[in-house]
Amino acid sequence: MNSVNQFNSAGELTHLLTLEGLPKEQILHILDTAKQFVSITDPSREVKKVPLLRGKSVFNLFFENSTRTRTTFEIAAKRLSADVINLDISTSSTAKGESLLDTIDNLVAMQADIFVVRHSVSKAPIEIANHVPAHVHVVNAGDGSNQHPTQGLLDMYTMRHFKQNFKGLRVAIVGDIVHSRVAKSNIHALTTLGCEDIRVIGPESLLPSDLDMLGVKVFHSMEEGLKDVDIVMTLRIQKERMEAGQVPEGDAFFKQFGLNPARLSLAKADAIVMHPGPMNRGVEIDSAIADGPQSVILNQVTFGIAVRMAVMSIIAGN
Amino acid sequence: MNAESLYQKLLENLRSRLQYGPFELAGLAMGGAWIAQRLAQDLGLPHYGVINVAFHRDDYAEKGMTALRTSSTMPTKLPFDVNGANIILIDDVLFTGRTVRAALNELFDFGRPAQVELMVLADRGKRELPVSANFVGEAIKVPDQKILVLEKDGAGRFSFQLEERE
Repeated sequence: MNSVNQFNSAGELTHLLTLEGLPKEQILHILDTAKQFVSITDPSREVKKVPLLRGKSVFNLFFENSTRTRTTFEIAAKRLSADVINLDISTSSTAKGESLLDTIDNLVAMQADIFVVRHSVSKAPIEIANHVPAHVHVVNAGDGSNQHPTQGLLDMYTMRHFKQNFKGLRVAIVGDIVHSRVAKSNIHALTTLGCEDIRVIGPESLLPSDLDMLGVKVFHSMEEGLKDVDIVMTLRIQKERMEAGQVPEGDAFFKQFGLNPARLSLAKADAIVMHPGPMNRGVEIDSAIADGPQSVILNQVTFGIAVRMAVMSIIAGN
Repeated sequence: MNAESLYQKLLENLRSRLQYGPFELAGLAMGGAWIAQRLAQDLGLPHYGVINVAFHRDDYAEKGMTALRTSSTMPTKLPFDVNGANIILIDDVLFTGRTVRAALNELFDFGRPAQVELMVLADRGKRELPVSANFVGEAIKVPDQKILVLEKDGAGRFSFQLEERE
C-alpha cells in the first residue's frame, strides 16, 4: 500500500518522495537544472521570474511547522510563476489516515497541481502520492524521521558548488543522526553520487543501529571523526523527538560533540561547514564557526530555492 | 551547403553593418552562441552575449524539462546593458520561429533594447510565427522529418549535419 513509487509509467520522475534509490542520472539532472535557476537571480536580469509553471497551483501543506522550508518552497514556486496556497495545518499523528486523504481530495477538486508536504508522520507524503490522480505531483518536504529529499539535494548542490567532485570527498555528519531525515537523505545521495568516505559522529544514543548497512563509518569522538574531512555537516539536536535523558543536555553535549574552532582545525584547511537549520548556537555549533569563513550555511539556504525550482519544474513537466 | 562559407558571408554582412552604428551580439545556445563567439573574435568586439531559451520554450507542457538537458551548460549571459542597446540575435538555423520568440522573451527579461535584429546561418522556411531574419547565410530546403544540426570541430570550424528527428 505504502510502497514508494516516484516514477510514472514512462519511467520519468513524477513525485519526489525519497533519495533512496533515486538514480545518479536523475540527481545530476536536478542539480544541473538548479544551476540554471541560480542564474535567474543574476543582478542584470530585471525579471527574476520564469513562466514555466504559469497557471499551475502549488499547495504548501505543512502539517508540521517549518518557516524556512515553507518559505523557500513558496519563493521557488513564485519564481516559476505558479500560484501558491499555503495551508498551515498543525495536527497530531492521529489525524492521519482517512481525514488526511479527504483533505487531499478536496484540494485536488480545487485544481491543485503540486502538493508540497511536510508531515510529522513518516511516509505520509508517500500515502498522498499513491492516492492522487496522475496529473498531480507530490514533493516530500520532510516526513517524520524518514526523508527530506530537497534538503539532501540542496546539500549535494552546495557540496558540488564548493568541492566539484564527490569522488574522493570525505564527509562527516555530526550529532543527532537517529532523528534526522536530513542525515538519511544525505547518506543516500552521497552514496549514489560516488562519495566513498561518509562518517557519522555522535553519542551511541543518537546513532541508528543500521548505519553499517548504509556503508558509513561510525565515530563516537569528534577528534577522531573530523580528521582530514572536506565537509562537516552539523545537525540540530531534535529535542522534540527525544525522550528525557537520551542525550547529554545543552552544555554537556556541546563539550563532547559541539563543533568549535579547535575541532574544526582537525579537518582540512579548506573544509566547509554546513547545517540544515535551525541552528542551536552553543549546543551543536559554536557561533565563531557558524558565522566564520568556512561556514556555507546561508549559501545552503540560497541554493535551496534553485533546487526546489528544479524539482518542481521537472516533476510538473513529466 | 558549406557552413564555413556561410559563416564568412555573415562576417562580411556584419563588417558592413558596423558602419551604421554599434551593436551587441547575442547568440542562442548552443549553435548560435558558437557563431557569436567567433564573430566577436573576428570583428575584434570586446564581448558577446549568450541567450538560453529554456525558460521560455512553448513545449514545456509537452516535453517538460528534458529540453534543458542539452543546454544546461550554457546559461544566459549578457555582459552588456540590454536597455537601449542595438542587439543582433544570432542562431544557426531558422525554422518555425518559435525559438526566436522564446529568445525575445528571455532578452526582454533583462531590459528594453532599442532595436533587435536577427542573423541566421541557414533559413529552412516553414515558419509557424511571424518572424523573419535581417541577415541570412542561405535559404535551404530540408525534409520536415529531418533536423539540421550545426557542429564545430576541434579547430572551431563549422559544418552542418542532417539528422533524423527523434
